Amino acid sequence: MLLSPQEWQAVALSARVALCATLVCLPTGIALAYLLARRRFPGKFLLDALVQMPMVLPPVVPGYLLLLLFGTQGPIGSWLKAQFGIVIAFTWQGAALASATMAFPLMVQPVRLALRMIDGRLEQAASTLGAAPWRVFLTVTLPLATPGIIAGAVLCFTRSLGEFGATMAFVGNIPGVTRTLPLAIYSYTHVPGGDAAALRLAILSILLALVALIISHLITRRAERLLGYRSHAEP
Amino acid sequence: MLNLDLSMRRGSFQLRARAEIGAGVTGIFGPSGCGKSTLLALIAGLLRPERGHIRFASQTLVDTAQQLFVPAWRRHMGLVFQDGQLFPHLSVRSNLSYGYRGLQPAERRLSFESVTEWLEIGSLLERRPAQLSGGERQRVALGRALLYSPRLLLLDEPLASLDQRLKEQILPYLKRIKDETGIPMIFVSHAQAEVDYLADQVIPMTPGRLGIDLVHAG
Repeated sequence: MLLSPQEWQAVALSARVALCATLVCLPTGIALAYLLARRRFPGKFLLDALVQMPMVLPPVVPGYLLLLLFGTQGPIGSWLKAQFGIVIAFTWQGAALASATMAFPLMVQPVRLALRMIDGRLEQAASTLGAAPWRVFLTVTLPLATPGIIAGAVLCFTRSLGEFGATMAFVGNIPGVTRTLPLAIYSYTHVPGGDAAALRLAILSILLALVALIISHLITRRAERLLGYRSHAEP
Repeated sequence: MLNLDLSMRRGSFQLRARAEIGAGVTGIFGPSGCGKSTLLALIAGLLRPERGHIRFASQTLVDTAQQLFVPAWRRHMGLVFQDGQLFPHLSVRSNLSYGYRGLQPAERRLSFESVTEWLEIGSLLERRPAQLSGGERQRVALGRALLYSPRLLLLDEPLASLDQRLKEQILPYLKRIKDETGIPMIFVSHAQAEVDYLADQVIPMTPGRLGIDLVHAG
């Protein structure tokens, strides 16, 4: 399939944005999932609701809030600019932040479920073998949660590829800067003669999603086999 | 050697334990649900007592009066669970060396080779726990705890999940460990015969209550 340079630009930008969003969500998502799955603290319900919020809100709302906070006039945005000269609004980094915000709940949920499924006695066994809490986490908890972490990362990545509303509201639709795949498709459907390009990118989106799902399936199966959830004899 | 006097409540269940346990193998014998596993979890440091103390040799492990609690990973005691609790994502070899690897060379009292030889698990090293039979799994669990060179080995019904034939297979291994290593053990079981076969002293346990002031010189 042949794409024009502008179309390639949108694809490459989407890939970069989605990858960055996933890399941001991975450690933070695991930490928060651990907190929600294992700890009791006051205000847990509120934190839980806050994490889920982007999933149930119209995406434009978090996007607009990000603009208010991280815009050059916003409290965080103006501080970042004054202290470090960093501007996030209307940049690809801003698009990654918008994607990360929207995809975050999709990262947290599977990891949280995976953590809850782990038999706590395995972690106890590790501690009776002299493993300090951090070693238990790294050598027992984290490896056993791998299938959930992979599922979360794939969901996060694909959700980021498809992010539209929050990106549009926060960083706009600037060709080559913030115009990701979905924004490019949207733009092509609004210019005369753009149908062919829109369709090409739509098909590409479907292919990318399929590839992501296949990769996740293969990695998950391998992880489950390594963890002993599946015997080698099974297909 | 091990001196404990404690009480704890879990829901409607109340456990009260007071004992002086000597070296050698101590059998704690009592019906299912009388709190044997809870008692071992308290000694291992997986649970905190509501009130009381546990002292091992000259070290205080718990003392609620002094707000003192040594966590499980600092107690250097081995615990073998009823169903082994092998790490499913690690090979038998990695399971065996899990505690061993964390020790200073000077702390390693048993060699990897001798333990795998005693327990006859040398041929299983590259397997995963899911590929082991029940008896093999328990032997690996035992080996894993032993290789950690524990100061005290706690055995929580290590034979309960095995059938009669396998029990008779494992018991000699336990006896061998007792004779070869001299590591003090507390063996908890609801089967009188197992306890009699292995233990130098037996402390009976009734629901929620462990026998009082039994002293064994070892």
